[in-house]
Amino acid sequence: MSLTLEELKSLCILSRLEIASEEMEGVADKLSEIVTLVDALQAVDTAGVEPMAHPLDRAQRLREDRVTESDRHLRYQRNAQLVEQDLYLVPRVIE
Amino acid sequence: MHDATIAQLAQALRAGEFSAVELADHFLARIERLDGDLNAFITVTADSARAQAKRADARLAAGDATPLTGIPIAHKDIFCTRGVRTSCGSRMLDNFVSPYDAAVVEKLEAAGAVMLGKTNMDEFAMGSSNENSYYGPVRNPWNRDLVPGGSSGGSAAAVAARLAPGATGTDTGGSIRQPAALCGITGIKPTYGRVSRWGMVAFASSLDQAGALARTAEDAALMLQVMSGPDPRDSTALPDPVPDYAAALAKPLGRMTIGVVDDFFDDGLDPDNAQRVRDALSVMERLGATLKPVRLDNIGLSVPAYYVVAPAEASSNLSRFDGVRFGHRAEDAGDLTELYMRTRGEGFGAEVKRRILTGTYVLSAGYFDAYYLKAQKVRQLISEDFARAFREVDAVAGPTTPSPAFPLGQKVDDPVRMYLNDIYTIGAPLAGLPALSMPCGPVRGLPAGLQLIGPHLGEGRLLHAAHAFQRETEWHTLTPPGI
Repeated sequence: MSLTLEELKSLCILSRLEIASEEMEGVADKLSEIVTLVDALQAVDTAGVEPMAHPLDRAQRLREDRVTESDRHLRYQRNAQLVEQDLYLVPRVIE
Repeated sequence: MHDATIAQLAQALRAGEFSAVELADHFLARIERLDGDLNAFITVTADSARAQAKRADARLAAGDATPLTGIPIAHKDIFCTRGVRTSCGSRMLDNFVSPYDAAVVEKLEAAGAVMLGKTNMDEFAMGSSNENSYYGPVRNPWNRDLVPGGSSGGSAAAVAARLAPGATGTDTGGSIRQPAALCGITGIKPTYGRVSRWGMVAFASSLDQAGALARTAEDAALMLQVMSGPDPRDSTALPDPVPDYAAALAKPLGRMTIGVVDDFFDDGLDPDNAQRVRDALSVMERLGATLKPVRLDNIGLSVPAYYVVAPAEASSNLSRFDGVRFGHRAEDAGDLTELYMRTRGEGFGAEVKRRILTGTYVLSAGYFDAYYLKAQKVRQLISEDFARAFREVDAVAGPTTPSPAFPLGQKVDDPVRMYLNDIYTIGAPLAGLPALSMPCGPVRGLPAGLQLIGPHLGEGRLLHAAHAFQRETEWHTLTPPGI
């Protein structure tokens, strides 16, 4: 299985991940090797097998729907690089 | 002091042979002296360690100490530590100072353990050699030209080099057991959900599990005791009560049937390594265990199944790193998409990028059924194989790795070859099973590991068997040359 540069470009956009153009070919080659490795799964007969949902076959634990956390945005926003008036700043989205 | 085990240090602290402050200072001085070329630590927290040690001395004096009070430990840099950089081995989090403590950090601190620092690791726990760290590779204390294994390579090297008597780690596909084997120490990954994942940077959420690295099974039991237990903040943390692992070790091992997986002794296994594992199994037999061959028919599919499930979950988990709320942020991006793409392009290393792209590929439209769903079905088959084996045996045994430590640079540019190094360790996390690795004798002067895999919540039994083995053998006491 070999991945084309076009396919890799579209994966980069889906993943929001920039790869330098001079690295694209090498990355495509290595991804192709990985896809070949995982393609071994295709030969397995899994008819009637339920996909695993939880390794211990346990149900998701739920909790009561009530407020347990206090507002700590000031502490958390210390890790953000651009904050103004308690808001995270990003490049302009709406023209 | 640094040659003593956690259990011995706990006794010495109680007997007043030295104080917790003296003990912390001793290990901090060793880190200062020896870690320059090992690179096991990303951050050393000397000041807070001394403050914690002072509090531990007060608790010891007041008779309010636990077995871990005053014991120096190191945390893998994947665990959030309040007020201390938590980098996960990545440029992406180089500037991240966690606003809170992980559950594991909280629990060990409450028990009185003293944090010496944060250990080096493969970026986002993706790797088997610790060469994928933004902070440079960790070197194996047994031979500086060799890898320590990964992803908890810094924790394993620190314990092997006597820079800390114990360290935390995480294991998604072998990241505790493989470095433990390559560095000649004991490492346990408990049952999925036994230890809370809260505050542990997520890689693959259905596989990730925290555990302990130490020199003996007894020390690993003391650490796991404190780390385990329910946590309302992690909905996958198991509500089951935690048995007293350490107390159980004092009892006789009793009857135990160990399944020997023939599929593990394949062509890929170094013949000398195979012999050490077989010798170790003979010791288990002498201790009263019955050996029985078992088959895990689908275990050969564990590497391909893992390299679908783990990257798929990683691609989703790592979407949080967007340059906006925390972590690295690219400068002067023109628009939001460019900000995301450049931030992630600059912040992530080559292996993390490969995993994100692989994950995106197997989850993308048209491929989901063929890869992700298929892998989850194969995972079910692997899990059923183990369940069948555990109807006849109490534990399954085999090698931890195909060979002892390999040279730095040998596999780092060949991802598939690197992935195959985890061939014996990947099965247990896919099935959510507890597993440990312990030293079973040198292969050409380097450590090798015996792996024991148990049924769900069987970690106590694994520790018990390992402890019985370590009372009969001296492999776990071997020290790297010059350490």
